[in-house]
Amino acid sequence: MAMAIERPRSNRWLLWLVGSLAVVGVLALMVEDWGQLWKISSAPDNVPIVGMIPLVIFFTWLGLKQSKENDQLVETLEEDPALAKTHHRKTHPWRPGWAREIHVWPYLVRVEFLAAIIVTVILFAWSILLNAPLEEPANPNLTMNPSKAPWYFLGLQEMLVYFDPWIAGVVMPGLLVVGLMVFPYVDSNPLGNGYYSWRQRRFAVSMFMWGFFMWIILIIIGTFIRGPGWIWFWPGQTWDHNAVVFDRNRDLHEIIALYGLPFLNTSPFKEIFGALVVGFIFVAGGLFFHWLMLRRGLERSDFKSFRAFWNWASRSGEFEKKLLERTSILQYLTFQFFAISVLWLFPVKLILRLAFTIKYIWVTPWFNV
Amino acid sequence: MEPERPDENGDGQQSQGLKRGGAAGVVARARAQGLALKERAEAEAKTYKDPQQTQLWKSIFRVSHDRSDPRNRSLAILSNVFLHLHPAKINRDATRYSFTWGMGGITFYLFIVLTFTGILLMFYYHPTKVQAFRDILYLEHDVPFGKLLRNMHRWAAHLMIITTWLHMFRVVLTGSYKRPREFNWCVGVVLLVLTLLLSFTGYLLPDDQLGFWAVTVGTNMARATPGFGSEGPFGPQLGMTPFNDVRFGLLGGSIVDANALLRSYIWHCIGIPVVASLFMAVHFWRIRKDGGISGPAPVMLESEMKAAKK
Repeated sequence: MAMAIERPRSNRWLLWLVGSLAVVGVLALMVEDWGQLWKISSAPDNVPIVGMIPLVIFFTWLGLKQSKENDQLVETLEEDPALAKTHHRKTHPWRPGWAREIHVWPYLVRVEFLAAIIVTVILFAWSILLNAPLEEPANPNLTMNPSKAPWYFLGLQEMLVYFDPWIAGVVMPGLLVVGLMVFPYVDSNPLGNGYYSWRQRRFAVSMFMWGFFMWIILIIIGTFIRGPGWIWFWPGQTWDHNAVVFDRNRDLHEIIALYGLPFLNTSPFKEIFGALVVGFIFVAGGLFFHWLMLRRGLERSDFKSFRAFWNWASRSGEFEKKLLERTSILQYLTFQFFAISVLWLFPVKLILRLAFTIKYIWVTPWFNV
Repeated sequence: MEPERPDENGDGQQSQGLKRGGAAGVVARARAQGLALKERAEAEAKTYKDPQQTQLWKSIFRVSHDRSDPRNRSLAILSNVFLHLHPAKINRDATRYSFTWGMGGITFYLFIVLTFTGILLMFYYHPTKVQAFRDILYLEHDVPFGKLLRNMHRWAAHLMIITTWLHMFRVVLTGSYKRPREFNWCVGVVLLVLTLLLSFTGYLLPDDQLGFWAVTVGTNMARATPGFGSEGPFGPQLGMTPFNDVRFGLLGGSIVDANALLRSYIWHCIGIPVVASLFMAVHFWRIRKDGGISGPAPVMLESEMKAAKK
């Protein structure tokens, strides 16, 4: 009976190491103002964010590594039905005769106890080495510039740049919370319950990661990039309090109107135009997610030729088709609604604003999108 | 019995003893009694060498912990109020750190640390505009270990947010929100929101520029609430002004001032912790009721996927 799957030793980590060192080196060369960078990174309330970045990277790696191990096991067992009947179906070591269950006392309690001690030691060390921030007494007449929300809400504050406050501050967070809650109810995939896996749950996991990493990237933008006046300063640029940005952001209909369509600047054409474009973005988002959820996993052979890649992009995966069949219409529509309005609309607006200086897509007297 | 305590009784008894055996007899008897008492005390003391056999011990701990047989190991968990959230036995791989990352447990532990340091901080803090900021200075410069206390509370709060997120991330990666744990995931989402609100309400309490402007920025968003904010869609049409809208309700005023300080204090120290504790109770209870920790479960194969119920 196969106990464990042998993996060839590889030196790929060395390549990764050299590659990432090179990237870090190039980035370091681009830093103009190390003092500014240090000032931001060492601000006491930013230290948790600086710490969170490697933690998130580490745990993403740890999770994906175990997913990959389980995927390999699944592959092996799928190929060998006889083995599937006898194998204990975990990547963890197993010997016949070992108890399936062990006593919580002491085997779990001691782990918890140890964890509590380690966390306490870390907290003590952290609290001795670094003081909690305390600024001057609150003064409503002296506005802090930049004045920032607590770091975990910086994502919402960053959204304020792209959306009306009622969308960024109220509707988006509401959708985010409700969207998280419906997550288990729209995932109709019965596989991958209680073990790490990527192959069996590619779409669900990547949708969550999309949102999670977007949230973390927004925090990083809000912390390290947004300076005085909420102006975009690249990390390493000096925060210039006198910087004035010539804001040439325009609404989409104004830009289009320049191409010989002046009537677009008048009501009701500009509202109709905006509604059509927003509708188009929603449909495009829906089509994109529909396409994405039917893709099988990318393999290296898919990049060999354009034809191979086209094959991947145009043909639905068998397993993915089965999953879609299991999804009810209500589940599908609920998923699409949250995916488009949270996961899709936001990056689209971010790119339109930052890369194409488009302010709003849909301007009405009551609200703007 | 003849008198054992010759000194306490008066001269009359002493003279009686003298009559019977003389002074030597009294001494000999007292010595014999003393020796007997000593032996008894020694014998008794030997039984105390095993504290687990004492009445005091047995009254506190309902079962003996001196043996590690399966029954006692189970009883150690089942008969302890703090540990009885655990099952007596678990999946042998579930204790692996790499599976759970321990983040849920660490989050709960941080909540305990925050409650403990928070209660201590409350001894030194007045939620008033005059005193709040001075209390922080007092904590930092005069209170023994006050600075450490405040630092621990702050960093534990930040850490708790990160561990909550990582816990959620792990639950997604292991598919642990799936049937029958969907509802517990929702309870977890509520706890996530409560954790963020706990941290947010605490941010204002030092009454410094950092907290003041962070809360100003944060609550300004409430102004834009559709229907309920003075600057939100349909807000003014429904009669909302800066003096009666949802932001006013949150702050107890139209600006971040004394009432806002008091409100965040009460939400921070009483309101949200009570609500969060209730949700935590449900969260932990549901873990057990939904069959304990989700894995590491045996992998399922695609070929074994059953047809969807129509």
